[in-house]
Amino acid sequence: MSSTTAAHHDEHHDHPTGIMRWLTTTNHKDIGTLYLTFSLIMFLVGGAMILAVRAELFQPGLQLMKPEFYNQLIGVHALVMIFAALMPAATGFANWMLPLQIGAPDMALPRLNNWGFWLLPPAAILLTLPFTLALFGIGDGAIATGWTFYTPLSIQGGIGVDFAIFSVHLLGISSVLGSINVIVTILNMRAPGMTLMKMPMFAWGWLVTAFLLIATIPVLAGAVTMLLTDRHFGTHFFDAAGGGDPILFQHLFWFFGHPEVYIVLLPVWGFMPQILQTFSRKPMYGYKAQVVSLWAIGALALVVWAHHFFTVGMPVPALLYFMYSTMAISLPLAVLFFCWIATIWKGSLSFETPMLFATGWIVLFGIGGLTGLVLADVAADAQYHHSYFVVAHFHYTLFAGGMMGVMSGVYYWLPKMTGHMFSERLGKLHFWLTAISFNLTFIPQFFLGLAGMPRRIPDYALQFTEFNMISTVAAFVLGFSQLIFVYNIVSCVRGGKKATDRVWEGAEGLEWTLPSPPPYHSFTEQPIVK
Amino acid sequence: MSSQTHNAGHYYVPNPVAYPVILSSGLLALASGFIFNINNFPAGKWMMIVGALVILGMVFKWMGTVIAECQNGLYTKWEDKSFRVGMIVFICSEVAFFAAFFGALFFMRVISIPELASFDPHFTMYKDFTSAWPSAGPGGVVLGKEYVVGHLNPMEAWGLPAINTLILLTSGATVTWAHWGLMKNNRKQLVIGLFLTVALGISFLACQAVEYHHAYTEMGLTLGSGAYGASFFMLTGFHGFHVMLGTLMLIVILIRSMKGHFDADHHFGFEGVAWYWHFVDVVWLGLFVFVYWL
Repeated sequence: MSSTTAAHHDEHHDHPTGIMRWLTTTNHKDIGTLYLTFSLIMFLVGGAMILAVRAELFQPGLQLMKPEFYNQLIGVHALVMIFAALMPAATGFANWMLPLQIGAPDMALPRLNNWGFWLLPPAAILLTLPFTLALFGIGDGAIATGWTFYTPLSIQGGIGVDFAIFSVHLLGISSVLGSINVIVTILNMRAPGMTLMKMPMFAWGWLVTAFLLIATIPVLAGAVTMLLTDRHFGTHFFDAAGGGDPILFQHLFWFFGHPEVYIVLLPVWGFMPQILQTFSRKPMYGYKAQVVSLWAIGALALVVWAHHFFTVGMPVPALLYFMYSTMAISLPLAVLFFCWIATIWKGSLSFETPMLFATGWIVLFGIGGLTGLVLADVAADAQYHHSYFVVAHFHYTLFAGGMMGVMSGVYYWLPKMTGHMFSERLGKLHFWLTAISFNLTFIPQFFLGLAGMPRRIPDYALQFTEFNMISTVAAFVLGFSQLIFVYNIVSCVRGGKKATDRVWEGAEGLEWTLPSPPPYHSFTEQPIVK
Repeated sequence: MSSQTHNAGHYYVPNPVAYPVILSSGLLALASGFIFNINNFPAGKWMMIVGALVILGMVFKWMGTVIAECQNGLYTKWEDKSFRVGMIVFICSEVAFFAAFFGALFFMRVISIPELASFDPHFTMYKDFTSAWPSAGPGGVVLGKEYVVGHLNPMEAWGLPAINTLILLTSGATVTWAHWGLMKNNRKQLVIGLFLTVALGISFLACQAVEYHHAYTEMGLTLGSGAYGASFFMLTGFHGFHVMLGTLMLIVILIRSMKGHFDADHHFGFEGVAWYWHFVDVVWLGLFVFVYWL
C-alpha cells in the first residue's frame, strides 16, 4: 500500500491543558491514551485481587479470608479484567490506531467518543464501591456470584449485586457507543482509495467486534434488568413459581457471554497478523481468508452459547446442536492459525519484544483453543465442567490469547505513540518472566481440574496441595513481573531513544508514514491510497 | 480550534467539551441513588434527583450545541453520513435490547411453562398446574395475594391495543407525510404532519396509561403476576418508555421545523427521529402479535 501523506502543520495545540485536557478531550489519541491508561490501572487492580485469592489457595483450609469475601474477589476480578482491562485496551487501540491506519482525521463521532471513555470510571466505582461500603457497615460487600450473575444466587445476593447490575449498564452503554463510533469510522472515514478489502486487518477485526457488541451487549442489559426487577419489583422471570426459569438467565447471559470471548479476542486477531508480518518482513498470508474467517467466527459466536452449561439439563438434540456448532468454530479459527503461521513461514524473522509476544501468543493461545475443543465435547464436559480445567482453559484464551496479545500491541505501537523506544532488555525480560510464570500458574490447574478440583471454592482436598502451591508461587511471579511492564511503559513515555517514523524495519501501513509521535491532529487532509 | 478552518475537504472535529463527563457523573449519581433507594436507604432519593437534573441539563445543552452547529453550517454531507450510519447502528442495538425480552417471553411460553406442567405428580410440588397461556405460573401466590391458578385473564387484544395499533400505524403515515412536505419545501405540511404525529404519540401513551390502570385495579394483573405479568409489563413498559422518548424527540423536531430549521437536502435530525419512530412502530407490531393477540 503506497500513500501520499498530507502535510500536517497543526502544531499549535489549541486545547485546554492539565486535567481539563483529559476530561474534555475530543481527540482520538487523547481518548485512546485514556482508555489504555485506565486499562493498565484496572489490570493491576484485578491482578491484585486474584493474588489475594491465590494466596488463600496456597494451602488447604481457610487462612486469609472468609468464603464470602473470596467469592467477591473472584467475581470482581473477572468483571474487572474483562470489562475494565481487556475491553478498554482494545478500544484504546481502536481509538489510537484506526484513524491513523485508515487515514482519517479523527474518529467519526468525537464527543460520543469522550463519553464512551468517561462512562468507565463511574462503572468501575460502582463495581468496587460495595467493598468500601461494607467497611462502613453498609451492605455485605461486592457481588459474590462470580461474574456470571447466575440466578437464583444473584437474586438472593446483597446490595453488591445491584451495584454490579448498574455497573454493567454503564459499561454496556460505553461499549455500544464505542461500537457505533468504530463502525461509523470504518465505513465513513477511510482515506480515498482505501476500499474495504484494502483495509488493515485490525479494522476488520474491530468491525466484527463492533457487530458482536451491538448484537449482544443490549441482551446482557436486558438480562440484568430482568434480574433487577426479579430482585426488587416482584417479577418472576427466573423463578419457577411464577412460570419463569433460572436457566433462562443462563441462556440470556451466555448469549452475550460467549460472543464476549470473541469481542475480547477479535481486535487482537486483527492486529497480530500485522505484527507477525512486520517482523517476518513479508506480506500477510491469506488476507481474504482471514477476513472471511473473522466474519465466520463472528456469526458462529452468536449461535453456540449453550455449551457453557451443557450439564444444566437440556434435551439431547439441543446438546448435539450446541456441541457441533461449537466445534464448527474451530474450522475458521484453524484457518486463522494457519494464516498466522504461514505469514511467518520462511520470513526473515527477528525477535524484538512485540514479536516475542506474538509468537508466544500463537503457541499459548493455541493451547487455549485446543483445550476449548475438549470442553466443547458434551461427554467430556460432563467430567470437566466447573473444574480447574475450565479455569486454566479460559486463562489460556483470555490471558495468553487476550492480554499477551494486548502486550504485544503495546510494545509494537508504544514507540509510535510516545516517540521513544522502550527498553528492549526489560521488554524481553518481561516476556520471558510472563510466559514462563503464566505456564507454571496454569498448567498445574489443568491437572488439578482433571483430578477433580472444583473451581470457585476457597478450600480444597489435601491431595491438591502441591499443584496449588506451584500455581500460587508462579502467579505471584506473574503478577510482579507486570511491574516491569509498567516501569517500561512509564520510562518510555518519559523519554528514551528517539523513535523513527517507521520504527520497525518491516512495518507497513499508513500509521508508519506519520512522525513518531504523530501530530495532535493527523490527516486533516486525507492521504490518497493507491 | 482546528475545526474553524472548516471547508469541503475537512471533517468537523468538535472542540473539547465537558458535557460527557458531567453527564457520566449524573448517571453515577442517579444509578447509585437508585440502588440506595431500593435497598432502603431513603437518602438515595436525593442523589437520584440531583443525578436526573444533571442528566437532563447536559442532554439539553449537548443537543442544543449540536443543533447550533448544524444551523451554523458546520456539517456537510460527510458528517451527515456519519450521523446516519451511527443512528442505524444505534437502532440495531435497540432491536437487540427488545430481543432479550421477546426471547424471555418465548422461552417461558414454549419451554419453561410446559415443562413445569409436565412433571410426574409424585415428584412435583405443583400438582394441579397445567400448561396454558397466559399463565402466572404454578406458585399460586403473587405478592402475598392469592390468585386462582389458570384463571388469569389475558389483556384483550381487540380493544384498546387494537386502537393503539391503529394510532401508531397512522402516526407512521403522518410522519412520512411530513417528510414528503419537507422534500417539497412545503413547510405547512411538514409542521402539520409532525404535529399530528406528536398528538398520536401522546394519545398512544394515554391509552397505554388507561390500560395499565385497568390491569392493576380491575384485572389484578400486575408486574408480580408470574410469567405473563412480568413479560407483559416489561415489554409494553419498555416500549412505552421508547414511545415517550420518541414523542419528546418529535416535539423537539416540531419546534425546530416551526423555527424554520431543515431543508430538502439537509435534515438528518428529522430523519433520525423518523427512523426511531418507525422502529418503535415495528416493535409495537411484534408486541401486538405476540403479547396481546396470540
